[in-house]
Amino acid sequence: MRWVKERLVLILGLLVLVYTFVPIFVVVAMSFNNPGGRNVYKFGSFTMDNWKDPCAPDDLCSTLATSIQISLLATLVATVLGTLAAFALVRHDFAGRSASNLLIFLPMAAPEIVLGSSLLALFVASGFAGQLGFWTILIAHVMFCLSFVVVTVRARLAGMDDDLEQAAMDLYATPMQTFWRVTFPLVLPGILGAALLSFSLSFDDFIVTNLNSGNTTTFPMYVYGQERVGVPMQVNVVGTLMFVVSIAIVLGMELRNRRRVAA
Amino acid sequence: MSEGVRRRGRIGYLLLLPAAAWLLLFFVVPFYSLVATSLFDPSGSDFRGYEMDYAFGNYADVVRDYAGPFGRSLLYGALATLFCLVLGYVLAYAIAFKSGRWKNLLLVLVIAPFFTSFLVRTLSWKLILADDGVVVNTLQALQVLGDDGRLLATPVAVVAGLTYNFLPFMVLPLYASLDKIDHRLIEASGDLYANPFVGFFKVTWPLSLPGVVSGTLLTFIPAVGDYINAQFLGSTNERVIGNVIQSQFTDANNYPVASALSVLLMVLILAMVLVYVRRAGTEELL
Repeated sequence: MRWVKERLVLILGLLVLVYTFVPIFVVVAMSFNNPGGRNVYKFGSFTMDNWKDPCAPDDLCSTLATSIQISLLATLVATVLGTLAAFALVRHDFAGRSASNLLIFLPMAAPEIVLGSSLLALFVASGFAGQLGFWTILIAHVMFCLSFVVVTVRARLAGMDDDLEQAAMDLYATPMQTFWRVTFPLVLPGILGAALLSFSLSFDDFIVTNLNSGNTTTFPMYVYGQERVGVPMQVNVVGTLMFVVSIAIVLGMELRNRRRVAA
Repeated sequence: MSEGVRRRGRIGYLLLLPAAAWLLLFFVVPFYSLVATSLFDPSGSDFRGYEMDYAFGNYADVVRDYAGPFGRSLLYGALATLFCLVLGYVLAYAIAFKSGRWKNLLLVLVIAPFFTSFLVRTLSWKLILADDGVVVNTLQALQVLGDDGRLLATPVAVVAGLTYNFLPFMVLPLYASLDKIDHRLIEASGDLYANPFVGFFKVTWPLSLPGVVSGTLLTFIPAVGDYINAQFLGSTNERVIGNVIQSQFTDANNYPVASALSVLLMVLILAMVLVYVRRAGTEELL
């Protein structure tokens, strides 16, 4: 009893953590489900079929490919533009800095439905209603990823001591050398973290995408559309894979950091 | 530190320009466009075009017709934020103070479940809360729910889904501010004969307030705007303002009404955020 009392907070905390994993267990279990009948929200019998042929349902893999393309492009653009802006905000002084900080902050304070409907209103008002699709989705995704990139990279930059950069300059490194050999490697983990965040924000987005998509369908839109008729079990295979791949990436980065610290 | 090396000059503008231009073009201008659309004559259509006639009446109509969904959005969002705060505080506290060398691993585990698609996760709640599922059967056996009681398609399921989906937005800022607290302050309160509860409410809780404020904002704002949980886990009685806005845009093609709803939602949220931040006395967060 005493043992439990001393560790009560830790035990409660771990219970909350277990709770966050419950739906993941369900997704993994359902990826092996053969529902048999029409009710796809029940476990019928075990099967490997969903894993053998994840692309069996029409449109599942094509929408997945569209989503991956959009997310990769959006991540690339948002990470580059956001990193440049973060350097400007931390390392440079200019009139309008606080206004810029506000401009970066506001998109994060707006609900997605407002961001999405604003863009749609603009596209319709400027005569692009017929051209909604891949490119309008991309524009929207870069917009809402940007602020998150700036905030993440800015935090990394602001927490960085400039001792090492000073030392490099003292040792006659040119500004270019100092940047690429000292500054950039130090900021890189922040940039990679921001890129990972962008990718998952973009890949996961439904609300903004749905309003600006025209005839293009992304993976979340596919899932939404299938919900009424019953989602194919292969969707859970994709869900499981997303979980496994992202865990692997995050743990890989964490291990690399540990080795760095140890070395 | 970095204050010392802040450089003046044109390079700062050049670095900032692309991102700022993108946000101006695709965030600020669109919002202006949304406000303009909300004042169009609602009798137009996107085929024939709309006429700008400063139809402020749109807002009166919208408030009259959709007070219900607005109220539900705010209520569900507030409840979910409250539950997130309780669950998130326990988890963040355990990680910050009790986890020792497992801290980083636990932090990774906090965000890990949320790398799976938002919609797929929400769908799996549909299965967990299903009518003959484990949760409902247990609650029926315990007489918490009646024999034909259900969770799916009720407000309970919607709030449960929102709480689940936005939990990391609460945990991470809470953790960040708890982790900064100097342990010696908590020890000092013990030395001065405060019991652990008094110590918590007089020392730990006030020091964690910045995390509480940013966590509640980061949870409340997306929870109010979300409609996936209401769509998947609720019935037509639980439709929230997001459902209405999206169907007014895509199904009814009533752009002025949809825009007015959207602007009103943004204004309501901003007003609530400002009042809340004022009262919490943490304006420097923004």
